[in-house]
Amino acid sequence: MTVASALEMALAAVVLGVATWTIAARETFAAVVGFVTYGLLLALIWVRLDAVDVALVEAAIGGGLGGVLLLGAAARLRVTETPTATERPSATVRVGAALLSAAVAAALATGVILLPDPAPTLAPAAAANATATGLGNPVTNVLMAFRAMDTMLEKVVLLLALVGVWSLAPDRLWGGHPGPRHRADPLGTLAFLARLLPPVGIVVGIYVFWTGKDHPGGAFQGGTILAAMWLLVMMAGIADAPQVSSRRLRIVLIAGPGIFLAVGLAGFAIGSAFLAYPVAYAKPLILGIEVAMTLTIAATLGLLLAGAPERSAGQ
Amino acid sequence: MPYPASVPGDVTTTGGFLLVLSVVIPVAGVLLAFVLGGRQAERVVLATMPLGLVIALAILVTLRQAGAPLIYLLGGWAPPLGVALRADGLSAVMMAITAVVIGAVGVFARVDFRTPRGSIEARAPFAFWILLLAIWGALNMVFLGGDLFTLYVALELLTFSAVPLVCLDGRAETLQAALRYLLFALLGAVLYLVGTALLYGSYGTLDIVLLSRRVHAEPATVVAAALMTAGLLAKTALFPLHLWLPPAHAGAPAAASAVLSGLVVKGSFFIVIRLWFDVFADLPSFVLAQLLAALGAAAILFGSVVALRQERLKLLVAYSTLAQIGYLFLMFPLAFDAGSTRLASGGALAGGLLQAISHAAAKAAMFMSAGLIYAALGHDRIVGLGGVGRALPVSVFAFALGGVALVGVPPSGAYLAKELLLQAASATEQWWWAVVIQAGGIFTSSYVLLVLAHALAPADASITLRAPVGRIQEASAAALALCSLLLGLAPWQAYLPAPDGIAPSTPALEALSASLWPLLGGAAVAILLGRKGDRLPRIPLGQVVAATVGPARRAALALSRPIERIDNMLRQWPAAGLSLLALAVLLGAALLAASR
Repeated sequence: MTVASALEMALAAVVLGVATWTIAARETFAAVVGFVTYGLLLALIWVRLDAVDVALVEAAIGGGLGGVLLLGAAARLRVTETPTATERPSATVRVGAALLSAAVAAALATGVILLPDPAPTLAPAAAANATATGLGNPVTNVLMAFRAMDTMLEKVVLLLALVGVWSLAPDRLWGGHPGPRHRADPLGTLAFLARLLPPVGIVVGIYVFWTGKDHPGGAFQGGTILAAMWLLVMMAGIADAPQVSSRRLRIVLIAGPGIFLAVGLAGFAIGSAFLAYPVAYAKPLILGIEVAMTLTIAATLGLLLAGAPERSAGQ
Repeated sequence: MPYPASVPGDVTTTGGFLLVLSVVIPVAGVLLAFVLGGRQAERVVLATMPLGLVIALAILVTLRQAGAPLIYLLGGWAPPLGVALRADGLSAVMMAITAVVIGAVGVFARVDFRTPRGSIEARAPFAFWILLLAIWGALNMVFLGGDLFTLYVALELLTFSAVPLVCLDGRAETLQAALRYLLFALLGAVLYLVGTALLYGSYGTLDIVLLSRRVHAEPATVVAAALMTAGLLAKTALFPLHLWLPPAHAGAPAAASAVLSGLVVKGSFFIVIRLWFDVFADLPSFVLAQLLAALGAAAILFGSVVALRQERLKLLVAYSTLAQIGYLFLMFPLAFDAGSTRLASGGALAGGLLQAISHAAAKAAMFMSAGLIYAALGHDRIVGLGGVGRALPVSVFAFALGGVALVGVPPSGAYLAKELLLQAASATEQWWWAVVIQAGGIFTSSYVLLVLAHALAPADASITLRAPVGRIQEASAAALALCSLLLGLAPWQAYLPAPDGIAPSTPALEALSASLWPLLGGAAVAILLGRKGDRLPRIPLGQVVAATVGPARRAALALSRPIERIDNMLRQWPAAGLSLLALAVLLGAALLAASR
């Protein structure tokens, strides 16, 4: 057994251990911490599997933003923690759930192990058609060219999720600022970090987006990092979340899918089809869409975490 | 390993751009409405509606002229690398009914979701109009998507636009209902997504046509089929996975309920059809088809009986949706062709789809009129509906028309659907499903008649309406109900598969008199099981009958109580979660056993 494979075995064992602990943990807060750790370790596994793009997203969403969201939920649920703990399902239900979950997991595992090897894949086809876009990262080609419709619609899903979150606001506060007004000790650690990290984080976010054209990275990963920086600044009370009625904010929120759609429709006229890029302009067009998408993703994720409008203007 | 070659002849067809427009125009409308907000959002959505309707009609016409499915290769990339949109007859008719129902709901909702005078933008209207349009775009994508992952995206689009509609009025109980819906729908989505990953790992493509030529019974495929089907059933709320449906559909504002009950559940149902008639057609599906229909039969029994026992009209209508969803799944065993041992697209499929279409229009109309009654009376207790027939004749008429259309009185679409399903049952010699189909019709008429008996009874005191009812709202509900009632006259042959044509076999008068039997049976069931007020509805016949059937009614009620209790238990999280997993395991086992 080589050192690398021994490390991999250890990593897999730790991931399984953390997963079990997350399920078994009684306290919501403990379970959330377990879940975040699990997400970060999972990202390491994706790196080992050479799926760096997936690893980046898993770390950013599963470990990062998802973790922040769950921590917020755990904090809100703290008051109900004790009463709900008494509502444990009966032993029969728990054993039944365990058995059925094990059966589904076993079936899945069997299915995965019995998959054809080598697996049929479209990777060679994606690589062979990379010239049509001039981008080196095959994942970006799949997202922006071959399956562009899916990518565009997923950004609309994000927007709808935001509409859903906003719709939970009380009527009289509609149009106001999302979430509570955060105040932190201006000389404290949070405020210090919120001044120190964003300049670096913003550069890293832009780099991750930019490098995504040829290497692992891209709009989603870059946008997530930008969102994290924005959240940090908001939580430290240095900047307030914008009002949801702001026209400028709304333009940023639809810029990604909007420009995607516009370029797609232009494909009817200047390209060969909807969402087809003329070869000569493919690269600048795709990068242009990705710039807008990075901004949209950063703004949407930040606002999804900020929550529904809770304060009217100026409060 | 080579990747699958593309389908020869899979190229963009004439009129293929219409498919793109039918998705892109609602999506563009969503973005525009989001930016403009306020009254402009409503205007954008209402302006989109006729445009969408025209596109849906254009697709119907083009499809008929072409005589072959319309195809559009997005970005010019052919599957397996790219994604194709494809419209066959099934997609085209579903898109048409969606356009009609959304349009009617849009007209109906203008009163309830108007931005109030003096404010620039209000929360509920802003969210409603955007989400309504998003549902439309998502459904069109579901009907057109030629790729299983694109369908996943479409389903997520559908879920995220449907869920917030449930809790638009902000009451705590509707928030809870919305959260249930969201969590259960996401569970379903995860199962579906895992299945698509397994399929890609097995065949290197997610294109429906390519898969349908390659799929064969091997373990990974069987697991994928079981997980995806279970996930979609959770989203469709097929019994016993219905914990989220009654509170969500009954608690939402009327216009939203109409869309959720009429259209949204049909999205995941449509993908079940795509899976089993195309993608997994070569898997051994005999046991699975029987199983799906058995769940459907259980849904009819539970949904109908619990509907009859409801105190509130909107909950009754929501439970009726549960039963009608069950009815939709009866087509699977009837479509099974013993010769080729696969589900064949024929009369049964046509019948099932027609039922889905008729239910879409009828149920939307029923929810709209129930909402009008609720708004006018300030309550929707069924036993307190006396006199409403006189006070709100058009609303009650719309409800009655929708109900009659659903029961399957000619020339309604449901009548034609029932004919097709019964023909298929006798052709495949499965008399037991014919019994279930007839029983379903009787149950449907029972709860429709129960409501009408109360609504048409004279009032205890003269009722005062809390709010005037909008004429246009009543008209749009009645128009939809009428549409469902006349659907049987539409030229279905061009779009739906039916070997012997779709014209009804029996002469009109005979068919009409035959359709009286379910109504009579329904009346009997309603008398036995229906809720009564302090006093019986003052229909003389009702009193006479009720006096004589006392013991029978007591026996029927004793039978209905365990059904209500089981329904109540199944709607708790532990039971529903276990049911979902158990169903996935059961489907997998059934497929695995058959494929040996």
